[in-house]
Amino acid sequence: MDKLPRWADVVLVPLISLLMAAAISALVILAIGGDPVEAVKVMVTGALGSAYGWGYTLYYATSFIFTGLAVSVAYHAGQFNIGGEGQAQIGGLGVALVCLALPWPHWTIALPAAMIGAGLFGAAWAAIPAYLAAKRGSHIVITTIMFNYIASALIVYLLVEVLRPAGQMDPATARFPAGAKLPTFGEIPGLSLFFSKNVPANVTFFVALAACWGVWLLLWRTRLGYQIRAYGKSEPAALYAGISPTRMIMVSMLISGGLAGMMAINNVMGEAERLLQNSAEGAGFIGIAVALMGRNHPIGVFLAALLFGFLYQGGAEMGLWTTIPIELRLLLQGLVILFTGALDNMVRMMLGIFFRAKAKGAA
Amino acid sequence: MDYATLLQVLDSTLRLATPLLLACLAGLFSERAGIFDIGLEGKMLIAGMASGAAAALSGSVWIGLMAGIGASMMLAAIHGVASITFRGNQLISGVALNFVASGATVLIAQSLFSQGGRTPPLSGAARFNPIELPFTEAIKSVPFIGPFYADVLSGHSALVYAALLAVPVTWWVLYRTRFGLRLRAVGENPESVDTAGVSVIRLRYTAVAITGLLCGLAGAYMATGLQAGFGREMTAGRGYIALAALIFAKWRPWYALWATLLFGFLQALALRPDVIERSFGVAIPVPALDALPYILTVIVLAGFVGRAIPPRAGGQPYVKER
Repeated sequence: MDKLPRWADVVLVPLISLLMAAAISALVILAIGGDPVEAVKVMVTGALGSAYGWGYTLYYATSFIFTGLAVSVAYHAGQFNIGGEGQAQIGGLGVALVCLALPWPHWTIALPAAMIGAGLFGAAWAAIPAYLAAKRGSHIVITTIMFNYIASALIVYLLVEVLRPAGQMDPATARFPAGAKLPTFGEIPGLSLFFSKNVPANVTFFVALAACWGVWLLLWRTRLGYQIRAYGKSEPAALYAGISPTRMIMVSMLISGGLAGMMAINNVMGEAERLLQNSAEGAGFIGIAVALMGRNHPIGVFLAALLFGFLYQGGAEMGLWTTIPIELRLLLQGLVILFTGALDNMVRMMLGIFFRAKAKGAA
Repeated sequence: MDYATLLQVLDSTLRLATPLLLACLAGLFSERAGIFDIGLEGKMLIAGMASGAAAALSGSVWIGLMAGIGASMMLAAIHGVASITFRGNQLISGVALNFVASGATVLIAQSLFSQGGRTPPLSGAARFNPIELPFTEAIKSVPFIGPFYADVLSGHSALVYAALLAVPVTWWVLYRTRFGLRLRAVGENPESVDTAGVSVIRLRYTAVAITGLLCGLAGAYMATGLQAGFGREMTAGRGYIALAALIFAKWRPWYALWATLLFGFLQALALRPDVIERSFGVAIPVPALDALPYILTVIVLAGFVGRAIPPRAGGQPYVKER
């Protein structure tokens, strides 16, 4: 197969994949008797047409940045971490335990502590599949899937039997103390001019931006990052260079799990302010789409997370105001993963034909 | 646990194991041919919706079954195109199709029936009804065996027996036919099959099609046998449990039967917390039972109870010439 120009590979392939996913979704909307143009209009106004919409779009994007980065870091080490969902839920447990442990005086103290809790718990949940993959050769995809289910069963058990305060009916933890409340965009000086108080986007967004930068620094500016990428590209070459496969799998998966767990400071600490069942709400899986779409680069992940934040919030509005069910989001998400992750060779082949024709024309 | 309760639990074990068994055998064909398939869940789901919808519209369960198989095979075809023709990542393709299925089923069911993504309740000829096995009346009075035959084995729908029958058939196809030999070879060493002049591509497409067929049966059973109609996300992770059972069975048909029966038994127990409490003296939390198939699979994967080694060429696209 011909090699495409770099810009085509980085920009054009994901863009065409997205267009194809959108086109099929539009056909599906037509088939079920909806109006795709109206759907897009509702999505754009709902997600981007107001400060309220932006507040939700950025809130979702924050979660997706963490889970997208999580998938990316593991991907660079050649590991497909499909367990972001479980790691994010267990990260939520870490956040809840930290927030409920002390009467936190101020969020600036509670946030770093909760981040450590979330990161450690998420990393711990990734540690077992990583260890089994590194030492016993178990397939990381299967074990991480299994750990998603084990995580949700564990959370259900803990919420119903252990963490639920006496006298409360719904399976959830107690509300976090007021000192652990993260300021939303409506409460941050400067941003409050634009956002109202009741938007869920919160300071975690800036933590997510810092995480993007941190992951870039780690992967492309440190020795460890170089080792991770070298191992992911070629295990025999890495081995020859004295890089330990066990160490690479463990380190990359722990970072990946930690990042997925950190998502919980956005949804559990920043929004719900208590731990609920199924707290990650599929964001762990959207991380796969975000990472694929963003070509596993922090900048790409950031942009793709914004896009999925838009799709998520826009899709919710569409489910509210049109006859098209909210589940269209899942379909679109699946199609994006399919085209960017599994059919990318098809897109490349199509582009290859185009570029070859152009090269011939020029010659 | 007294004998009557045990029979009840075993009866629902068989019922609940059936979709797992069909999906597990589905995965077996695909993975033995070297195509990983974590999209069993999605195929079952879309088959459940298609069969529920077609049975509701036509009033015939057989038309429903055909629709279910058709829908499942369509997803299987996409998986085949992505992973065989375009040599894409099989795992990602599976994940993607699961999401496509979970979105598409609700969209279609909602636009057809406007009942919140469900299909209307089925009854009569639109459902697979229980079949009474021959001699049930005659044997019923025999102590011990009689009630077992009458209450556990007899009285299931046709697809339950079809699933049980699929086990020896799968074994025979895999180990006693030329096709089966080639299928296993293509999952271990596709170059050798290619050298022998047999098409790797066609073998793999055939395997993926069989996977679609069996997942179609599993989904149709969910919507028209186990339950009366399709409900959103009704497969509830069964595709992944089937995948777990496949690993647990180390990709072998008879072991697949035992693994799915075990996991079906755990599901049946989870429905009867009262029975557990009475027979074990302690209340085992239901989430623990839910998680047990996954935990057992992880233990098997970790190689603590014998080693689970997948087909060697699994997950790798075949390139004829480099």
